[in-house]
Order: sequence, then C-alpha cells, then structure tokens
Amino acid sequence: MNANSWQLFSTFGFFIILLFACGAYCLVVTRNMIRAIIGIELLIKAVTLLIILAGKITGRTSLAQGLVMTIIVIEVVIAATAAGIALWVFRHTDSLDVRSLRSLKG
Amino acid sequence: MNINLTFLILTIIAALWSVMGRSLLKATIGLAATSALISILIFRLDSPLAAVFELSVCTGLITAVFVSTISLTKPLTHKEILQASKDRFKRYWYLPVILVVIGIALVLLKVRQDFIMAPVPALQQDVRDVLWNFRRLDILGQVIILLAGALGVVILFEENKRNER
Amino acid sequence: MPSLMILIPLFGVIILNLVFASNDKMKRAAFWFALALFISQIAVAIFHHPIFWNNSLKPLDSFFKVSFFVDHLSFIMFICIGMVSIASLFVAKYTITEEGGRFKFINLLILASLGMSGIIMVKDIFSLYVFMEITAVSSFLLIAYPKSLESLEGAFKYLILSAVATVLMLSAIGILLLASGGTSFFAIASGIAEARNSSLIVFAIGLFICGLFIKGGLVPFHGWLPDAYTAAPASVSVLLAGVVTKAAGIYTMIRIVTSLFPYNQPVNNVLMLVGTISIFVGAIVAIGQDNFKRMLAYSSISQMGYIILGLGTGTGLGIAGAVFHLFNHSVFKSLLFVNSAAVEKETGTCDMNKLGGISQKMPVTGATSVIAFLSTCGIPPLSGFWSKIIIVIALWQTSHYAYACLAVLASIITLAYFLSMQRRVFFGKLRSGLEGLKEADRGVLAVSIILAAITIGVGVFFPFFFNIFILPVKEILVR
Repeated sequence: MNANSWQLFSTFGFFIILLFACGAYCLVVTRNMIRAIIGIELLIKAVTLLIILAGKITGRTSLAQGLVMTIIVIEVVIAATAAGIALWVFRHTDSLDVRSLRSLKG
Repeated sequence: MNINLTFLILTIIAALWSVMGRSLLKATIGLAATSALISILIFRLDSPLAAVFELSVCTGLITAVFVSTISLTKPLTHKEILQASKDRFKRYWYLPVILVVIGIALVLLKVRQDFIMAPVPALQQDVRDVLWNFRRLDILGQVIILLAGALGVVILFEENKRNER
Repeated sequence: MPSLMILIPLFGVIILNLVFASNDKMKRAAFWFALALFISQIAVAIFHHPIFWNNSLKPLDSFFKVSFFVDHLSFIMFICIGMVSIASLFVAKYTITEEGGRFKFINLLILASLGMSGIIMVKDIFSLYVFMEITAVSSFLLIAYPKSLESLEGAFKYLILSAVATVLMLSAIGILLLASGGTSFFAIASGIAEARNSSLIVFAIGLFICGLFIKGGLVPFHGWLPDAYTAAPASVSVLLAGVVTKAAGIYTMIRIVTSLFPYNQPVNNVLMLVGTISIFVGAIVAIGQDNFKRMLAYSSISQMGYIILGLGTGTGLGIAGAVFHLFNHSVFKSLLFVNSAAVEKETGTCDMNKLGGISQKMPVTGATSVIAFLSTCGIPPLSGFWSKIIIVIALWQTSHYAYACLAVLASIITLAYFLSMQRRVFFGKLRSGLEGLKEADRGVLAVSIILAAITIGVGVFFPFFFNIFILPVKEILVR
C-alpha cells in the first residue's frame, strides 16, 4: 500500500469507524423499533462505504460496485420486512416501544 | 482530499442528527441525508453507478418505506413529545462525547501501516460486465431474495381475516 | 448439475405462486411438490453419484453462469436439510389447519432450504453472504407469520441480531477484499497467507467469527436463540433448531475455518474456549427452564458447543467428529422438536408444570423422546455417543486433556436436565385434565419413528456409516 492510498484509507477509515459507533450506539440505546432499524441502516451505510473504499484502493471499483448493488437490494428487503414486523407489533400493543415486548424473558 | 473531508464530516453530522433527532420523522430525514452524502462520497471514489443506485434506492425507497411506516403508526401528542424528548436527551447526549473519545483514541493509537496487500493488478472493467459475467450468482440471489421479500409483503401487509384483538 | 439444487426450487416456487395459488384444492399440490423436492434432494446426496454432481448441464449453466462445488461435507448438509425440511413439512401439515397459511408456509420453507443449499455449495464469500440473507429473511418471515405478539417479538429480535451479524461479516469481507482484491475463497486464502500477521487481517478474522457466533447462537451471543425458538410456530422451531442455525452458523464456520485460515492456533483456541463455555452455560441454564421448547433451545446451544469444540482441535478426526455430531444433533434435536410440537398441539401448552405422565396417552411420542434424549446425553450405542466420543478422542490426541474432561463432565449435566424433563413431561402420574389426550396424527408419528430409527441405526451400524459418509470429510483439510 503506497503512501497516497494509505492516507485515503486512514482518513476514510477514521470516519467509517465513527459512523459504526453512531449506528451501534443507536441500536444499543434506543427503545423504539423504528429507531433500531435506522441504527441497522446506518451500520450498513458504513459497510457500503468501506467496500467501495476497498475497491478504490485495490483498483477493483467495478467489482466493489457490483457487490454494493447487491447489498443495497438486500438491505431494502430487510428494511421492508423489519418495518412490516414493527407495524404488526404496533397493531398489537399500540406502541413502538421495545419495552412493551417483554413477554419473553431471559 | 479536503472536499472528501468536508463531506465525511457532514456525513457524521447527518448521522448524529438521525440518531438524536427528536421525532421519528426527523430521524428518517437525517438517515436520508446521511445516505445522500454517502452517495456523493461513493461517487468521489470513482464508483458512479453504485452512487446512483445508493441515491435512488436508499435515499428514495427506504425513506419512503420509513415514512409510510411512521404515518401508519400513531403520532404522539404534544405533551408526550416533550416528555419523550426530555427522556431522550438524557440517553443521547453521550453520543457526541463517545464519538470525540473514539476519535481521539484513534488519533493517539496511530495504527501502524503493516498492512500488506496481495499484488493484484488493477482491472479496468465495466461494472455491468462484472455484474453480469462474474457475479451472476449474486443476481440470481437478488431475484430469490426479492421473491422472499414479495412473499413477506403479502404475509405482513395483508389484513388478518379473523381480525384477532 | 449442482445448479439444479437452486434452480428447481426457485422455479418451483414461482410456478406454485403463479399457477397453483388460485384455489384451496390446487394449493395442496405445494405439499407434494415440496415433499418430492426434499426426498429427491436426500436421494442425490446419499448416492452422490458423479454423473449428477460433476457433469454440467450445458445450456442451463452457461445461461445462468452458476458454478458450484460440492464435497462430502456438502452431501451431509444436504441430507440434514432435506430430512429436517420433511419433518417440518409434516409438522406444518399437522399444526397449520388453514390451507392458505400452509401454502405460504411451504413456499417460505422451500425458499429457506434453497438458501441453505446455496450456502453449502458456493465458493465465494460474498455469495455466501447473499444466500445467508435469503435463509435469514425466509426465517424471519416464517417466525413472524402467525403474527401473534410473541412470534413478532421473536422475529424482530432475530432480525436485529442477524443484521448485526451480517454487518460484522460484511465489514470483514470489505477488509479481506482490501487485502486480496477478490472475494472467492481461493483469492482470500492466498491474500491471508500473504499477510498473516497484519493487525487488520486479524481484526477482520475476529469480526467474521463473531458474526458467525451470533448466527450460530453460541454463548456470548445467544440472546436471540431461545426467544426465536420458543416464539416460532412449532413447525418453524423444527426447521430453525434442526438446520437453519447449523447451516448459517456452524457449517459456515467449519468451511471458513478450514478453507480460509487453516492451522491457525489462536482461532482454534478461541473456538475451543467458546465451545466449552457454550456447553456449560447452555446445559446449566437448561436445568432451570419451565418451558419445554425453551429447555430444548438451551440444550441446542450446549450441543452446538460440542461441534465448535471438535472443530477447534483442528485435526481431521476432530473435524470429522464435529460434522458427525452436527448430523446427529440435527436428527435428534429435530425429533425432540417434532415431539414438542405434538405435545403442544395436543395439550395446548409447553409449560412443563402443567404437564405430566403424557407417555401413557402418547406412547410413541414418549418412547421416541427417550431415544432422542439418551442419544443427546451420549448413551451407547446411540449415535450421539459415537460423535461425542470421537470429539473427546480428538481432544485427547491433541493433548487438550482439560477440555476432554469438561466435555465428558457436561454430558452428566445433560443427563440431569433431560431426566428432569422426562420425569415432568412424560413419566409419572397423568396430570388431571389430560385424560382425553390423543396421540398425534400419523404423519408426525411416522416422522418421529423414522428419525428415532436413524438415531438408533447410525449408532448400531456406526463403523459403516462413519467410514462411508463422515471420514471423507477429512479431505477438506488437505490442500
């Protein structure tokens, strides 16, 4: 890895780690189901950026783009499924609060 | 490089906004902004097609999914919002602090550059070429997962006939 | 023609939804299609004839550009997937009475098994991720589809933790892509060999293995597993416990550890440690459970620990033992979940405090449960004994005496909680209110008896089975 790409990698890597921290914090602290899904989305965004960065540094941008497109499609399916589940929970309990989901313990 | 840096900082600010935003709608808009900024960054990393895809699908479609979900759930009353935001502030103000701490730790840590890359020749290929000729299995996988998603939408969004509860 | 394992189910599901979804009578075809599909899958895997596996179907393969590879490990996984899917299918026929619901269930079941077939055939780490997500999405939907609050909660928990696992694995894939410039197993293995001690590579390996621990439900990351198993409808618990966590977590772990970073001592040490912790935590928590399915879920975590422990030895015998235990566990754990489905359906509860003496009214269910739990505890000559003894021998050979002793010791705890379960549910005096209890229907009983017969048969004809099916698995270590 030459100096130029190392600089690119370290700059982007720094912010990717911060983005991971945002998403992880959101996931850990939140009590709202929609916000939990937003946390997951933020994490996947960070991963997307990481893979594109890897493609740029290794000179395989086309491969990285192909992978990212697949990731995005899968991400949409996951988000839609999660939103559907959250909606049904809302219909049952009239709230999106995770604390209302305490029927299973342990 | 400075342009990249600006956009990266803006991305983090948008992500912070989406995590700490008071209402769900603001959080969703924050997510959309993060996604848009990331698509600019992807574009600047020589990946225009993925950038367009990210912009249209993540910024557009996923935001639409979230907004429709939020609109189908019950909005909080004004009083509840005030209470919730007070409650939230207690839990969320740690995040900027944590980010700063992580940032300082990373700068101090100074990851050594001992990373050896396998010598791969840079390939100038077209994305469509790669996607259709080398990653066709992934395309098949996308078709299957969309099928599963469609079945899921049928299951999750249909009304229950018995209408329990 | 391995690509047919993906394409036939895919087009089958599409045709089922386009043509057969119109009325209830035609929806019944789905059951027979799925049954035929799974039986033929088992058949081609058992005979593993080179005509089927090595020849490629030219026009089809060249159009789809799908290339897979299979070895003996894949054959064993194919048998597990087919077997457990059939068990799940019969349980669904028994528990889901509404025709439309059953139709959707069967479609999702086929998609889940398709995803697992993909997982065990790909040789590219990114395609592995894609097929894992297919399996995972079908599993969320399968758990959630009764749409009761409990099942939705189980599905949501599984979804969030599985998404976290995915993110961990994808970041590892990103870093490995940086190191090797490719995503196929071969490219990554050579990239890792090039830069073995780089801190980033070590970090990536750690992330990937953490992701797989979440998917496999091993102890520090097992939070979702008991909830998902308990909340899922009976037929889905069979599938989840029987193969989904094994294909997505354990099988992938075996494949990744052997083909990407073989002979890596730190990784092996971590695997053995996590395996031993899982064995003990799972077994000890299982003792205190009151819910039948929940106890089985914790027992599942504990048995998964044995598989990881065997894998951690890093020798051919250890890996053969791990795969053998994987097969056995998928047989007897799905048998136990089938029986729990029968008990739940007939008595309406899984709470062990409300059950008792069921064996008098449900003799077949009681007897097959006894066989399954004796096999789990490792009582000779049942199949579980042989796989556990092989793992212990492999540990002894690599001079991990402490782990070997702990593995034997944990069997006694297993015996303890299963004896207590057996006493509270099946033996003793019949609990009042259960006098009118009937035996489950014939399909489910047939599945129970066949699975019990496999457990006994594999144990009795152990040398034959072990030499033909399990020992060739060692090949994956030789490169």
